Amino acid sequence: MKFTLSWLKEHLETQATVDQVVEAMTMAGLEVEHVENPAAKLAAFSVAKIVEAVQHPNADRLRVCQVDTRDGRKEIVCGAPNARPGLTTIYAPLGAYVPGSGITLEARPVRGVVSNGMLCSASELEAAEESDGIMELPGDLAVGTSAAEALGLEAVIDFEVTPNRPDWLGVVGIARDLAAAGLGTLQDPSVAPVAGTFPCPVSIRLDSPEACPIFAGRLIRGVRNGPSPTWLQQKLVSIGLRPINTLVDVTNLISYDRARPLHVYDAAKLSGGVIEARLGREGERLEALDGKTYDIGGEMCVIADSSGARAVGLGGVMGGESTGCSEGTTEVFVESAWFDPIRTAQTGRTTGITSDAQYRFARGVDPGFVIDGLELATRLILELCGGEASEILVAGQAPAAPGPITFDRAYVRQLSGLTLSEARIDQILRDLGFAVDGSQVTPPTWRRDVEGRADLVEEVARIEGFAALPAEPLPEMPRPAGGVLSVRQARMRAARRAMAAMGYAETVSWSFMPRAAARLFGGGDDALMIANPISADLDCMRPSVLPNLVEAAGRNARKGFADVALFEIGPIYRGDQPADQSAVVAGLVAPHAPRRWDGGGEDPLFALKADLMALLEELGAPSLQTAQGSSASWWHPGRSARLQLGPKTVVAEFGELHPQVLKALDVAGPVLAFELNFDALPEGKRKAVKTKPALSLSPHMPLSRDFAFVVDEAVAAGDLVRAVASADKTLIAQTRVFDVYRGASLGDGVKSLAVEILIQPQDHTLGEAEIEALSAKVVAAAAKAVGAKLRS
Amino acid sequence: MTNLNTLKTDLIAQVDAAADAAALEAIRISALGKSGQISELLKSLGKMSPDERREQGPAINGLRDAVAARLAERKAQMEAAELDRRLAAEGVDLSLPAPTRRRGSVHPTMQVMDEMVSIFAEMGFSVAEGPDIETDFNNFTALNFPPKHPAREMHDTFFMAADEAGERKVLRTHTSPVQVRVMRQINEKVPAWVATGQEPPIRVVVPGRTYRCDSDATHTPMFHQMEGLVIDKAVHMGHLKWTLETFISRFFETEGVVSRFRPHHFPFTEPSAEMDVQCDRSGGDIKIGQGTDWLEVVGCGMVHPNVLRNCGLDPEIWQGFAFGFGVDRLGMLKYGMPDLRDMFAGDTRWLGHYGFSPFAAPNPATGLS
Repeated sequence: MKFTLSWLKEHLETQATVDQVVEAMTMAGLEVEHVENPAAKLAAFSVAKIVEAVQHPNADRLRVCQVDTRDGRKEIVCGAPNARPGLTTIYAPLGAYVPGSGITLEARPVRGVVSNGMLCSASELEAAEESDGIMELPGDLAVGTSAAEALGLEAVIDFEVTPNRPDWLGVVGIARDLAAAGLGTLQDPSVAPVAGTFPCPVSIRLDSPEACPIFAGRLIRGVRNGPSPTWLQQKLVSIGLRPINTLVDVTNLISYDRARPLHVYDAAKLSGGVIEARLGREGERLEALDGKTYDIGGEMCVIADSSGARAVGLGGVMGGESTGCSEGTTEVFVESAWFDPIRTAQTGRTTGITSDAQYRFARGVDPGFVIDGLELATRLILELCGGEASEILVAGQAPAAPGPITFDRAYVRQLSGLTLSEARIDQILRDLGFAVDGSQVTPPTWRRDVEGRADLVEEVARIEGFAALPAEPLPEMPRPAGGVLSVRQARMRAARRAMAAMGYAETVSWSFMPRAAARLFGGGDDALMIANPISADLDCMRPSVLPNLVEAAGRNARKGFADVALFEIGPIYRGDQPADQSAVVAGLVAPHAPRRWDGGGEDPLFALKADLMALLEELGAPSLQTAQGSSASWWHPGRSARLQLGPKTVVAEFGELHPQVLKALDVAGPVLAFELNFDALPEGKRKAVKTKPALSLSPHMPLSRDFAFVVDEAVAAGDLVRAVASADKTLIAQTRVFDVYRGASLGDGVKSLAVEILIQPQDHTLGEAEIEALSAKVVAAAAKAVGAKLRS
Repeated sequence: MTNLNTLKTDLIAQVDAAADAAALEAIRISALGKSGQISELLKSLGKMSPDERREQGPAINGLRDAVAARLAERKAQMEAAELDRRLAAEGVDLSLPAPTRRRGSVHPTMQVMDEMVSIFAEMGFSVAEGPDIETDFNNFTALNFPPKHPAREMHDTFFMAADEAGERKVLRTHTSPVQVRVMRQINEKVPAWVATGQEPPIRVVVPGRTYRCDSDATHTPMFHQMEGLVIDKAVHMGHLKWTLETFISRFFETEGVVSRFRPHHFPFTEPSAEMDVQCDRSGGDIKIGQGTDWLEVVGCGMVHPNVLRNCGLDPEIWQGFAFGFGVDRLGMLKYGMPDLRDMFAGDTRWLGHYGFSPFAAPNPATGLS
């Protein structure tokens, strides 16, 4: 919504400057977006007077003018037919940038005569769309007056109207709030009626009151339509509207002045003598005033003539070309109706029309100003176009005015904390147009957003100013002992710090991805498709974070940074129910470590496993089984594994990603990764008491023993280790594979796994016989579990 | 005596001349070993008369001590020399690079989330969560966005494909639907992490991902919000103001933050407000705590009576406030990231530059980061 200070001052008596108005608006809830000052771009232009204009010696259509300017008398070449002695116009000096033509003036001979500046047309100053000749200004303007002043251009305030305040779409509504906020005095906005002198010859029929509950109109005959007067044109141009003709300009003026859209029909073009508002019909079309033809839907409100047969407008949205007013119009039918906001909004969406009328009706026009709006239009038309007005015809009834609200003034303090006298509260409400009668407060018809007492508190607090709100500390509230986070929340937080500490950089990536990528990772179900994605490649909710990490690794590699370690903690989706969303931490390593002078280095796959194990320990995960050969399809079948809690619950998968998957994502391998699901970990109770269990330390030295087992190639080392560890869970504190050997001496299809166990005696030092017995148990357990034999 | 003196001189000379530890050991054995020269002399003491013994005993013991001391001294010298030789040989060039250790980092948005949660936790807020794929009811209707209301249009909503019943879920456009989940007691089976209806008083913050179908320099289709909700009997707008002012000054870790409240409109709060902080935009980047410009940081207000009613709370008894921060934007302001889109691009150079050390966990003693 745009307006100028002088327009505001028609309704608000105030000495305030633009800055003060902007500040007061902001603090009253009218969010100013920007203030555009056209004087700035026209600073170089000023009023000048042509003293002499003679034919150019070398060009028929050019004149050489002597011009009095603020820079003295100048010789200027001008091609305009109206360049004549005595004309007061606008002068641009050399070096000026002409906004309408986009050129900067230089001293250049025009057909042999140097022009020392330029005389400007309205369009060159962007003061009109087009013009034929240089500006013609009143002769009493002093030479040197700034162009902005001469043209009546002033700063334009543009602000965002929140959807609850359609009354701010008219300057009067803004003035009313600013007056209440103490910026000035509201000028009486009431409208005096114009008595009709004959019955309205066009009758009105309402067919669907749910779409159009009230429709008022009157005919004005004998009008002379044509370009509107300069003051009206300037007013419209100042806020970016295009003047069309007086009748149309009057409706636009009232739309912006009173937030009251109207429509004018050329009554000579209406047929049948009846105008009706009804719902659209199958197959109906309308050629609208914007020159485009629209299909009319059954939910739209249509204005029709010819016994309802011809659509002449979409109610509250746009009129039809067939009955539009032109300069030839002599009889005008003026419509002031009220159209249902939701229906109007939908019609706007369906047709794509965003007219000023549609914008206002969709947000809700004051139903109490239907007749006043018509009277105001009548007054202006009679004044500007002459003619004679008929009586007003009204069909239907305006929607009910808002009812009274019971308002205990103490609620202002209760809800806002503001301590205000009842008199002050009532004064604010009255200033805003509310009727105050004891405990009953009735909103004005233009405030249909006010539904209850909380809305009234907002009005009072807003106008009093939020700066007055007392900042009061929140009362203390009992809080959970030992921190407010759940175990799951605390785990995610710990995982973040742990992963960063292990050298991974945290990323945050989209929750959606291309469906093709989702499918590679077991997702892509219909239920997870976004109906209106931001782009075709972000159309599916992610089943895994890994594709995003892989693509990030690829992007980094393409920029020359292939050695990356990334992680992300976030949601994945297996369906659209809350239970289908889980939180994971995914880690990725693209192993391109720098070469080392000492030739050292570690196997990146086992380094990743070490990170994952350290992370699980940090998260307090129970001990997990490593299952190989059952990983999902996006993993390398031989170089990946699952960490399981029992046979069904997969806590994490890790390993190398499948080369085909990397190829599909166009990323060079190998890429190592893991994904750990927080929701697969037992939740555990959050502990308020943080005492640790007593530490019991054995006084006896631990000792170690080595075993070299020979097992089948297919035996997993983890299974052997588990068997050995379980041989005596009291004495065996640690079990670790320290060598893997394959060789001809062992034979084919077998390997040797060397295992070290750490024996921790509990209550006495172990004798040789006890150690022997333990060793025998270890060997037996290994033999039983995986068929291991001691290497001879 | 002459004999003993000569022997002493001779043995000491041998010790001094010994070339290595083995030679030294040979001398020790020949002098102090079981049958060594001095040991033999000591043995001879037993055969002497008491008078002779009184005279010879101290002399022979003195000889033994002197030779033993010299042997020990010489041995220590040799060991020291040997150690020096070994150390000299063990030298390495320590200007060679150590194996590089990857430097990890915490994403700034997540750091800011942690910072915000720790400030609100101090004020007694706990953390509630809800799903990203939400019902239309929780995201809009319950929050006083009536069906077909123009306010819904302003949300640029992502819709999921319609299910068999024709119901279309949405990607939540704000974290506010979790307000509904926290207040509304219904019989719905949800996982433990999803907030469920609780009895007031309520004091929660809701961090999370939010989505709008919008993409330009200052909007990304996914971003982060942190919602706050306080429901009690006498909590009013002054408490809201204190809460946000206190939060902002603690968050920006500077005394000089100037803020202002101004009216705004949200369907789910009444009265509604936005809070701006004063800043300086003259230098290209935004500096908080100076200048004369204003920057909006949070939308807020008193929970609309319709929202309370929709959630089964009686607005005659309960009232409270809600607020919603844009987390990414707040992080950009505090830490100076210039472009929202970079936050989600995963460029390791950006992550390294704008990311945080794992040890920068918010802590009342050392500050937030």
